Amino acid sequence: MDLLIPSEGLIFWQLIGFLVLLFLLSKYAWKPILASLEERENSITEALEAAEVAKQEMKKLQAENEKILAEARLERDKMLKEALSTATMIKDEAREEASKIGQKMIDDARAVIINEKQAAMTELKNQVATLSLQVAEKLLRKDLSASTEQKGLVDRYIKDLQIN
Amino acid sequence: MKGCAEKSKINELIRIFLVLMMMSFSFQVATAQEVEEQEVEEGESKTEYILHHIKDTHDWHFANIGHAHLTLPLPVILYSADRGLEIFSSNNFLDPETHEKVSHAGYTIDEHEHIVAEDPSRNVYDFSITKNVAMLFITVLVLIFIMFAVAKRYKNHPKAAPKGVASFFEPIIIFIRDEIAKPNIGPKYARFLPYLLTLFFFIWFGNLLGLLPGAANLTGNIAVTFVLAMITFLITNVNGNKEYWKHIFATPGVPKLLWLIIVPVEIIGIFTKPISLMVRLFVAITAGHIVILSLIGLAFIFNSYAMGVVSSVMVVFINIIEILVATIQAYVFTLFSSMYIGAAIAEHHHDEHHVDKALI
Repeated sequence: MDLLIPSEGLIFWQLIGFLVLLFLLSKYAWKPILASLEERENSITEALEAAEVAKQEMKKLQAENEKILAEARLERDKMLKEALSTATMIKDEAREEASKIGQKMIDDARAVIINEKQAAMTELKNQVATLSLQVAEKLLRKDLSASTEQKGLVDRYIKDLQIN
Repeated sequence: MKGCAEKSKINELIRIFLVLMMMSFSFQVATAQEVEEQEVEEGESKTEYILHHIKDTHDWHFANIGHAHLTLPLPVILYSADRGLEIFSSNNFLDPETHEKVSHAGYTIDEHEHIVAEDPSRNVYDFSITKNVAMLFITVLVLIFIMFAVAKRYKNHPKAAPKGVASFFEPIIIFIRDEIAKPNIGPKYARFLPYLLTLFFFIWFGNLLGLLPGAANLTGNIAVTFVLAMITFLITNVNGNKEYWKHIFATPGVPKLLWLIIVPVEIIGIFTKPISLMVRLFVAITAGHIVILSLIGLAFIFNSYAMGVVSSVMVVFINIIEILVATIQAYVFTLFSSMYIGAAIAEHHHDEHHVDKALI
């Protein structure tokens, strides 16, 4: 057959053969192959994207954690400081209170002492007066003439007592 | 893992390569025998002998062993208006004793291997299963067998990494998709991908199988390349959008007077594209076969052993190149087909549109 003139028989068979091949391969070979290639590529892309997202999430989470930790640390420091100052305040207050109470007690005690002293003095004075009177009585019984002199003596004694 | 897969891929390639080498060697031996026999018996000139090997025939002649012809008879299918469909064996055209061509049922085979009616008034259409048609069927069956095996792997394990035969073909399929279809056709590539894949593998397998010993020169036949180019031509022009036709019949950006020249050139261009596809593949494959056959023929023209050794070495070398050419031609045909389709469906963006957009 001629080299350069296509023969109608071969054209006919080639057309049929190629179209049948095209149909069969398209339907039963290329379709599943290309579909599965695409599916695989998509799943790889998706997996990579998911990994990237997870990485970002991780980073975010980590950053958040760090932030929370820092906040917690800050809070702790603040609380510690507060507690310390509160403690100091309480201590100061306690001390103040204690010193106040102590002062008051001392004052009270002093007042009581003064009162007691006064009372004791009064008592003593009365006692002394009574004693003096008794002494005077005894003296008077002995010598009443010299009463003025004696009274002056007694007063002098009393004065001496008061100083003591 | 990746390195291992690559290694096995390379191993597979080497294996295929070695098989092809061995086959080309036996091809050379077989054809050498044929040359000798034919020269002794028929005294045919080398040119005729070579052309006989390249052209299509009605029987599949493998070799002559002694005086025995190793020939596969093929069915002859004829259609004529008066006799209807006629089917008989191509053996009927050969005299069983002398192996001379004889006429049968009012038909003869002429010197161009055409079946002609002896009555010149009768018109007969030849749909015979010739050597090339038989080769076509073999190529189609091999392709279906292999690609179905590949597809099975993907159907059974859609997300798994490819294995076995699938791992050999997957990079090629991905190459055609990502390096040929996507960049040349654009976002609508998926519609044309099955055609491009079929085209590539048909041409590639046809080219490689054509290099086997005794095989027919299928992809080096102009009828075959004509059909392939015609399908690309039809796909291109059926899918051609408004822009495509506007560029042909009212080329934008050109003075109207020049349309007188440009429009005819563009119209011719529609047809030169498929013709170039058709001729390129036909010539590349046919030329390769002619070179190999010529080199083998040299040994018998010089009738020396030394020349036989030299031409054998040369033939092995050319065969290696032919394996490369087989792949390149399949790639080129597919590439140009996708470029033509891409040009026909592309959405053109002219500069003035950009300016308009910029102004808005």
